[in-house]
Amino acid sequence: MNEHIPINGASARLAVARLQGVRLRYRKTLALDDINLELPAGCMVGFIGPDGVGKSSLFSLLAGARRIQEGTVEVLGGGMADPGHRRRVCPRIAYMPQGLGKNLYPTLSVFENVEFFARLFGQGGSERERRINDLLKSTGLAPFPGRPAGKLSGGMKQKLGLCCSLIHDPDLLILDEPTTGVDPLSRRQFWELIDRIRANRPGMSVMVATAYMEEAARFDWLVAINAGRVLATGTPKELLERTQCGTLEEAFIALLPEAQREGHKPVIILPRKAGVKEEAAIEAHGLTMRFGDFTAVDHVSFRIKRGEIFGFLGSNGCGKTTTMKMLTGLLPPSEGQALLFGQAVDPHDIGTRRRVGFMTQSFSLYTELTVRQNLELHAHLFTLPEDRIGTRVQEMARRFGLTAVMNNLPDALPLGQRQRLQLAVAMIHGPEILILDEPTSGVDPVARDVFWQIMIDLARNDNVTIFVSTHFMNEAMRCDRISLMHAGRVLVSDEPAALIEKRGAENLEDAFISYLEEAAGNESESPAAQATEKANVPLPDKGSSRADELGGFFNLRRILSYSRRESLELMRDPVRMAVSLLGSVLLMFALGFGVTMDVENVNFAVLDYDQTVTSHDYELNMAGSHYFIERPPLKNYADLDRRMRSGKISVAIEIPPGFARNLRRGRNVNIGVWIDGSMPTEAETVRNYAQGVNNQWLATQGLQAAGAASIEPLFLYNPGLKDLPAMVPGVIPLILLMIPAMLSALSVVREKEMGSIVNLYVTPVTRLEFLFGKQLPYIAMALANFILLVLMAVTLFQVPVKGSFLALSVGALLYVIVATSIGLVMSSFTSSQVAAVFGTAILTMLPATQFCGLNDPVSSLAGTGAAIGEVYPTTHFMVITRGAFTKGLGFSDLHSSFIPLILAIPVLVILGIVLLRKQEN
Amino acid sequence: MRPANIFHLGIKELRSLMRDPVMIALIAYAFSLSIYSSATAVPETLHKAPIAVIDEDRSQLSMRIRDAFYPPLFTHPELISPFELDARMNVGLDTFALDIPPDFQHDVLAGRTPSIQLNVDATRMSQALVGSGYVQNIVSREINDFLSNNQAGTVPNVDLVLRTRFNPNLNRIWFGGAMALINQITMLAVILTGAALIREREHGTVEHLLVMPITPFEIMTSKLWAMTLVVLAASACSLFVVIKGVLKTPIEGSIVLFMAGAALDLFATTSLGFFLGTTARSMPQFGLMAILVLLPMQILSGASSPRESMPQLVQKIMLVAPNTHFVMLAQAILFRGAGFLTVWPNFAALILIGAILFSISLARFRKTIGKMA
Repeated sequence: MNEHIPINGASARLAVARLQGVRLRYRKTLALDDINLELPAGCMVGFIGPDGVGKSSLFSLLAGARRIQEGTVEVLGGGMADPGHRRRVCPRIAYMPQGLGKNLYPTLSVFENVEFFARLFGQGGSERERRINDLLKSTGLAPFPGRPAGKLSGGMKQKLGLCCSLIHDPDLLILDEPTTGVDPLSRRQFWELIDRIRANRPGMSVMVATAYMEEAARFDWLVAINAGRVLATGTPKELLERTQCGTLEEAFIALLPEAQREGHKPVIILPRKAGVKEEAAIEAHGLTMRFGDFTAVDHVSFRIKRGEIFGFLGSNGCGKTTTMKMLTGLLPPSEGQALLFGQAVDPHDIGTRRRVGFMTQSFSLYTELTVRQNLELHAHLFTLPEDRIGTRVQEMARRFGLTAVMNNLPDALPLGQRQRLQLAVAMIHGPEILILDEPTSGVDPVARDVFWQIMIDLARNDNVTIFVSTHFMNEAMRCDRISLMHAGRVLVSDEPAALIEKRGAENLEDAFISYLEEAAGNESESPAAQATEKANVPLPDKGSSRADELGGFFNLRRILSYSRRESLELMRDPVRMAVSLLGSVLLMFALGFGVTMDVENVNFAVLDYDQTVTSHDYELNMAGSHYFIERPPLKNYADLDRRMRSGKISVAIEIPPGFARNLRRGRNVNIGVWIDGSMPTEAETVRNYAQGVNNQWLATQGLQAAGAASIEPLFLYNPGLKDLPAMVPGVIPLILLMIPAMLSALSVVREKEMGSIVNLYVTPVTRLEFLFGKQLPYIAMALANFILLVLMAVTLFQVPVKGSFLALSVGALLYVIVATSIGLVMSSFTSSQVAAVFGTAILTMLPATQFCGLNDPVSSLAGTGAAIGEVYPTTHFMVITRGAFTKGLGFSDLHSSFIPLILAIPVLVILGIVLLRKQEN
Repeated sequence: MRPANIFHLGIKELRSLMRDPVMIALIAYAFSLSIYSSATAVPETLHKAPIAVIDEDRSQLSMRIRDAFYPPLFTHPELISPFELDARMNVGLDTFALDIPPDFQHDVLAGRTPSIQLNVDATRMSQALVGSGYVQNIVSREINDFLSNNQAGTVPNVDLVLRTRFNPNLNRIWFGGAMALINQITMLAVILTGAALIREREHGTVEHLLVMPITPFEIMTSKLWAMTLVVLAASACSLFVVIKGVLKTPIEGSIVLFMAGAALDLFATTSLGFFLGTTARSMPQFGLMAILVLLPMQILSGASSPRESMPQLVQKIMLVAPNTHFVMLAQAILFRGAGFLTVWPNFAALILIGAILFSISLARFRKTIGKMA
């Protein structure tokens, strides 16, 4: 089925890559152990072996995405440890990491994704257009240039990934499990595409990792890997001959070391017992799930009998997981009904859940708990009797082979054991139904067989109904019945053998493909359209633009490529966009109106022991001041104490007996004033007010000593001592710090979590270009915020810009560059989004609100707060905003505040670059 | 509802936290150094307020006035010329500048009531307000003392005997420390619960829980009690070690009552975290929302400026925020020694706010699972 490119003695060819003594360690685990390989050029080299044995690590070393710890890796004639060589050869290497669409951007359209990569490799407008169109045509993606990558099916995602990899005519193509999770038809199309591309570019070397042994049979040269070591190399034929096996899967098992092979027995499928009760355990009637206008599951119906193993076969994203979620009550169906044990699934029915065990696709146990703790927690949650928990946990551990690892953390276990732990957890309460979502993906063949043997035992001996999804054909063959699923619909359900027979096919894969082709006949994704293109796919010649344009550490085209992408993503997330714009308006409202330094409306009450006209006049004078509000008079000291403690009054005045009489007689009188000191600033102001009101009263009574001198306070810049002119220019720097910093803080770390960070590792983009490109849209966004805030200040708050608007704007530009840089530094430094959010909040909120002169000038601070305030950029920008708004200043007066901002930019940029890695560690 | 489930799930939360050294370090930092530095940054209301003097008199009296300003309230006055005044005020070198005119002493002795001009940088509101009162009082006192040395004769006077209760020296460290503690409690509760919920949703572990015989109520309650326990324990340590021990704040009221208030505040803020966690669809959205909620809560709760002075509308709106009530009850209990009878309305408000947010999040909890962006 493959038009082979003839090979004659692969080892005689030139090597595209050489590895010598390569070792790689992740903390304590040794991922690669003394790898010595010479990989032939110009052919297709396959790496076979289960997940987690080191294939991906090896590929990332070859692609230059990971730092070499030990040994030498030579690719395309140079050492990959040398950054200069990496930069020179990265335009010649294309790397497609593992995981469907891992390095793609889900909110960007098909065209935009490819375009992004084309720009990264410095292709100009017309050349880019031509190449993208050619590639989309040849991969059959041409009809959907505008569809977001996240909404493509698994197979289409991989084709798009391939387009992105081929855009720059690589000499070495590295594909890490490109077909895992893809339906068999798309898989076949994918390999045909690769063959056509190779026919057009015979010089190109391809390296492929795969867990499907059937696929490996078509590669030119194979490397079998297990547990970080090379088991064997050679052509498929050589490997089969050496091991005397019929299939590569058997050959691989034969190559495994003795210890691991031990105990491996072929899976024995017991026939179902005849005459068992034929009651249905799981039923689905026209189950339908719609997300918006997208139908994920379309009228799916089936009936599964008790004790039956029922398989769901289909590609990623065809609706298997969604169907399972509806069965478990996680998702309420848009239409149709699901029945368990004859009763409708009710998400609130706790009773049914005790009879069901569910194993999700990804590892969903708690990695912070040990194996034993995980088992015990679930035993408790499933309300096993307290005294039985210990024995049940032991029993499960024995049955699933976990006894030796009971006190380990799940992360330290190989994938096979982790899957067994998940199954043990799903089985701890002895459920009657097991729903397993791709339980064996990524598990090595030996462990997979062990796993299946357990499942078959459960079904046959314990009469457990098993509903399992998979995309391995040999596993599907072990099911009693299977449903073939595609694009939300069940194509057909029957016994596997019957399906093969019905289609007259050689095996299940061919049968599935023929059903898929039938289904695709009336669909837009039709491969028929491709067929016309198939005959002749002239891939573009080597672009003249390459190499020479790729130089430099600061290439504008690459920067803009990242900026464009970041802004597209921002625009596709309207909520984030709206919150970042409206958020600043809301904050300005709240803070501008709410923050007051002015102390007004202070509650006071009087304890009047004099009760004369004069004492009443004193009280009236006090109540007349707009600072004070009089509350009902105090009765005695106890009353005073109680009301002050409860916070009802902040000031109490005690007028002594004989107040009026003594005054008349020219004696000095003392009035007692109690002030609530729990808020010191307020208390201090109130103290001054009281003094002032007292002096004023004395003056009106003609008692004040004839003034020796008057002191005239002149409140500069803000004569009325109003809050707004003081606060508005103070609040703007706060808002312009937090929102841009938070926006940019998540931009890098999100790529780290999602996996697209690998594009930084393997493309010619430098760290400076990467960071700066990402920063640009956020700077623009922040400037828009700035303009909005100034408009609000001028119109709504009536706080005009008295000084130079230009100086204010230049200051704002510098400041938002600093703010976004702070976010990027945080983002480069942290590895999880939670930490980035938390860290950014801690590092911006406290210093900006307390140490930067919003309330107290920095010069009055002490200790660490003062030191932070001195260097924190908000301090300096606040001088600029207050200067430009209220003090009427311009560049010449404020220049000393610009300098720290200008200095901060290179410091932060360098820090960001140092903290960000151009390779994975 | 099964209390045992809530217990076991909560234990799981605690175990998870114990395996996360970075988080523990952040919490430890938030409740020790962060509170300490924020409390001690501004030791007094008026501390080293920068002042300059333009002395055009150069007399005995003007010298006397100059010497009356000294740390810690003010800086030693900078003697400047009238021409320097504007430039210095513009860049913020001085908050106050006192201009003593020529022949000042002569005019005072002659009873001509000359005037001294006090320039105040009014963009620095807090210092401007408090400080100008101080400056006026100090200058008057110096002039009166000077005169009483030179003249005789008295006029009856009314003296205010000022007594400040609860915090006689108006030590701002006490206040700052306690308010910083409150801010940390809120920030931690909102961000930790909200972000952890989104993370669990992204990683699918919530789904895993939802297919087990556990109700969303049990899941949320278990997170709530585990979170409350951790933060409460950290707050108690912080209260005893940092606030009472290092910062030497006298605590008037019952610590038990305060901790009860803190527990209720945690109920409300954790529910707020849940609410944000079920509203946001992704971590970037959550980050923005958290800033949007936390910043006004910190600034307008009454922890940094008195509530009474805010506009009525803002005061009313802020009653919805749990922080406001916590600040009120904390000030009453810690500084004024108030008892339960005084603070019960705040307790009730916290329970109400928490219950409403908790119920909304509970209703949204299941719905949002299928809707991750």
